[in-house]
Amino acid sequence: MADAGTLSTATALEDADRRKAWGFVAPALLWTIAFFVVPFAFMAAMSLWKREGRDLVRVWNFDNYARFFSENALFQGLVNSLEITVIVTVISVLLAYPLAWIIAERVPKRLQRMALILAILPFWTSYVVRSYSWLLVLSKNGVINQLFLNIGLISEPLELASTRTATVIGFVHFFVMLLTLTIYSNLIQLSPNYRRAAADLGANAFQTFWHVVLPLTLPGIMTGAFLTFVLCIGDYVTPQILGGNNELVLPQIIMLQLGRRADFPMAAALSIVLMLAVTVAYLACARWLKIERA
Amino acid sequence: MIQSVRDGARRRRFFSSTAAVAIAALSTVAAPAPVFAQEELNALVWCDHTDPALLEPFEKANDVKVNVKVYEGTGAGLSILDQSQPGDWDVLVIDGVDVHRAIDLDLLAEIPADALPTADIFPEVRMEANNTKDGKTYAVTEKFGYNTISYDKTKVDPKDMQDLSVIWSDKYKGRIALYDYYLPMIGLVGLGLGKKTSELTEADMPAIKEKLAAMRAMSKQVSDVVSSQTALATGEVDILVGGGEWITAVLSADKPSLDWTIPEQGAVRWAQSIGVMKDSTKQDLALKFVQYILSPEGQARLATSSCYWAMPANAKAGDHLTDQQKTALRFNEQAEYLKKSQLYPIPSAELDQQFQDAWTEMLQQ
Repeated sequence: MADAGTLSTATALEDADRRKAWGFVAPALLWTIAFFVVPFAFMAAMSLWKREGRDLVRVWNFDNYARFFSENALFQGLVNSLEITVIVTVISVLLAYPLAWIIAERVPKRLQRMALILAILPFWTSYVVRSYSWLLVLSKNGVINQLFLNIGLISEPLELASTRTATVIGFVHFFVMLLTLTIYSNLIQLSPNYRRAAADLGANAFQTFWHVVLPLTLPGIMTGAFLTFVLCIGDYVTPQILGGNNELVLPQIIMLQLGRRADFPMAAALSIVLMLAVTVAYLACARWLKIERA
Repeated sequence: MIQSVRDGARRRRFFSSTAAVAIAALSTVAAPAPVFAQEELNALVWCDHTDPALLEPFEKANDVKVNVKVYEGTGAGLSILDQSQPGDWDVLVIDGVDVHRAIDLDLLAEIPADALPTADIFPEVRMEANNTKDGKTYAVTEKFGYNTISYDKTKVDPKDMQDLSVIWSDKYKGRIALYDYYLPMIGLVGLGLGKKTSELTEADMPAIKEKLAAMRAMSKQVSDVVSSQTALATGEVDILVGGGEWITAVLSADKPSLDWTIPEQGAVRWAQSIGVMKDSTKQDLALKFVQYILSPEGQARLATSSCYWAMPANAKAGDHLTDQQKTALRFNEQAEYLKKSQLYPIPSAELDQQFQDAWTEMLQQ
């Protein structure tokens, strides 16, 4: 009887804990269902509809996906998006890591907050304004060309604006700030004892960095890199303003479907493709770096 | 000020209107609505209708607050209406070539013909075929302009700009920007091929694609309004194909070297129309607003609205424009310009798809 009573009490407590846990989780769960799962399901369903003339054909089919894979102009949008995103992510990591390291390791503690604020200052400017500013900087008569011409580095202005290079520069400027934050937060959590231990074992500075610091900060790098990937591959504004439409990325093609023809099924199908690309990137990151255990 | 075009103004408006709408919104906040305003009128519009200088006289005269929402592209506008409740909107501004899309969706109310100053509207832009159906008027043209060639006259030979074939010749290779909206651009290509915009068919697609590719090969970029203006102003390009008064007028004070012309083969004309929503519960007030917009005073304000300038449809608006404004709009040269221009192509949904696909292919080449 006593055992049964104890068990009953334990079960009741477990039930209460479970209810409490659900109580805490429920708001976030409902939010996610309402604002992600349901819209996503609706978008997925719509991607299987079709726009015929001015009519929306609500019969499920894979025509939009077939079009995407058969029409080079559409598929090339995904290729361009992936290429630009990978380039931007790699360059941003390479630039952000040293910057974060300098702030974390070389800047006095009392000045680190100020250094971080300076590093993320461009965040405070409107994204659109920043992109148009870059267009001016990179133009034939812009600061860069004028500087290079004046110091005799070039004899003719470089074609910088309205190119993929311009798009990459605009993106990198933005994402270096983001990555600096994620890497910095990882670096400052790193106990100095790791490096002391490595030094005690005879490792030089480079070996310590390569074999100890870098692996331990990979979660920060990959978190930032993944965020960069997601934000970059889904961005419409920067390629639109800085790329000069000399190549289309997938978000631009999605916008093209909507503006005049309101081809929401095709736009939805392209959006699903975009989400699949992001999902693949996530799975690659999660498996490789085991982010979920970091 | 300036920039313009239409659904046609799609992308142009996407970026240019961002700033204009922000300014308009701030102005609205900074200048509290009159406490006596009781009734409200909801209008789904292009960005040129957000200018307080345009709305305030009507609001004060009618003791009403006009709420405006800007949209980009007919597709987006119709989607907003699709997601709205009947009666949410009282007035609609729409691309002149797309009025029938709204009529077919039973969105627009009939407007009594005698309630409109039709006789005062330039005959070429009355566009009965677009604004009416079965003899009933559903919308009226309020503003128009041209997609043609803008250029820096100190960098190019203005005589060359009189021939539309310059857009695919290699004389100015790498110095040309193309306006990023496929409908007028394909219309221009059609004119270059000697085709009327109204007669473009599927059979013309191979030739159109070929010329689009040739045009693309000569161009430096394909850009929206602000990027195009920036490119012209900074010397990144010397020619903008698809530009017009709505591109250069705003820059004329700082860059008097910028000019525009209509080549011998002609140009594409865009027009925007305004109508009353069928499900509006304020039909009389909505019609009053339409009448105000079409009045000479309203037309002058609309023509010089802060988002973009373009020609007023009402010829009597000239009485309310300054000489400087008329010069910028080339008000007194409209007889010749209207004669040389043709309305946007109005493709069927199927041909529209082919136009868009051809444009996408061109951009990806």
